[in-house]
Amino acid sequence: MTQDQINLAIANPKMSARDVNVFYGEKQAIKRVSIDVDMDNVTAFIGPSGCGKSTFLRTLNRMNDTVASARVEGEITLDGEDIYASSMDVVQLRARVGMVFQKPNPFPKSIYENIAYGPRIHGLAASKADMDVVVEKSLRRAGLWEEVKDRLHDSGTALSGGQQQRLCIGRAIAVEPEVILMDEPCSALDPIATAKIEELIHELRGRYAIVIVTHNMQQAARVSQRTAFFHLGELVEYGVTSDIFTNPRQERTKDYITGRYG
Amino acid sequence: MAEHTIKAFDDEIDRLRGLIAEMGGRAEAAIENAMLALQRQDLALAAEVVQGDKRIDAIEAEVEKLVIEVIALRAPMANDLRDVIAALKIVSVIERIGDYAKNIAKRVPLIATNRQLLEPMSLLPSMGQVAAEMVHDVLNAYAARDPDLAQAVVERDAVVDDFYNSVFRTLVTFMVENPKTISECAHLLFVAKHIERIGDHATNVAEMVYYAATGQTMPERERGGTDVQAEI
Repeated sequence: MTQDQINLAIANPKMSARDVNVFYGEKQAIKRVSIDVDMDNVTAFIGPSGCGKSTFLRTLNRMNDTVASARVEGEITLDGEDIYASSMDVVQLRARVGMVFQKPNPFPKSIYENIAYGPRIHGLAASKADMDVVVEKSLRRAGLWEEVKDRLHDSGTALSGGQQQRLCIGRAIAVEPEVILMDEPCSALDPIATAKIEELIHELRGRYAIVIVTHNMQQAARVSQRTAFFHLGELVEYGVTSDIFTNPRQERTKDYITGRYG
Repeated sequence: MAEHTIKAFDDEIDRLRGLIAEMGGRAEAAIENAMLALQRQDLALAAEVVQGDKRIDAIEAEVEKLVIEVIALRAPMANDLRDVIAALKIVSVIERIGDYAKNIAKRVPLIATNRQLLEPMSLLPSMGQVAAEMVHDVLNAYAARDPDLAQAVVERDAVVDDFYNSVFRTLVTFMVENPKTISECAHLLFVAKHIERIGDHATNVAEMVYYAATGQTMPERERGGTDVQAEI
């Protein structure tokens, strides 16, 4: 099977992966994955548990560096720059490629401090007044400002699950990232909180390149414009979301999205 | 095709397909019986066709309800989605085919036995047969998800169109020569037009079957005939 049968040509990729292999010890979790992600579209990674979609997502900001047994081969670039190059500052990389996790994980600090922490360590605000602006702007973009503006100094952990997740998105936004990776951001949330996050993803589209891993195919269909289907560590098919969900080219994709996976 | 992990979904799809098969079979029989009633002046058979259309309409309503349920509860994707959308569209077309057959049957009592009329009527049974066969084959194509068979049905529509043009010309000539039969001939003209429309509808179903099976729209066919009457 040739690459262009399963892959999507993207003119100006924000991030590109070429022939990426990931190993956990002896076990190969990702097999020769090549994919481009662009700025203007939300990209969804779907696939059954253990297919490698989260593992692959984590290679995009070197989260796998924290796993001792993990080894990444191949090339991954951000604006053409190799993110695994020895010259790459990983802390800087993770500011440029932010991440939102499955379970909301606000710091046990105030709402304000949750947002201010990143900009402070990255030196993005010179004064208290600057920081106030950054906090408000980030919370507005995260769709949380109106709900928390009168209690910025309450603990972030006191918020509801959906609010906590939007706080985490605000925290990622605060350091002015270029790419936001979301690893099943709604799996711990109820449908209303989920809808709010999905609406937020829609609003953030274009400002950041967004890649979302989701177990929920309907969610992939709702929020993304590009969908990549992973199975057994391979990228089976990558295409325009509406094509993937109405007329997938690969039998394996079809069986998975129609619930015939076996 | 592999089964769904959720078996009830397969049961619903099977039920949907079963209903469409029944509905199509009834529409096909309605065409044949309406034409038979016309040929034999069999008013009882004609009345039966009119009566039978109620069941066709009822199946349409049942399929619509089931499709809405499946979409709401199963969120079908890819070929499943194309299948249920096609089902929804196909039943509305078959319902129209049933209506045309009913309409032909309703004209039977208005076309009195008249030895004279045998001549212009001679082409109608064959024309009706081709249209009924198109309906029959397109249902087989649907059941087998067979795009080639669907395409073959589309190609046969030209035969029905040609028949229509012949019948049209024959009837017009006949009316000029036999002005007393104009009223009956006008009904026969409608009968021919209804059969011609049945052919068009079978073609539409074939296109939906093709799309559901392949995910592609059927390639545009060559329009060989230049006779404008078929287009009217």
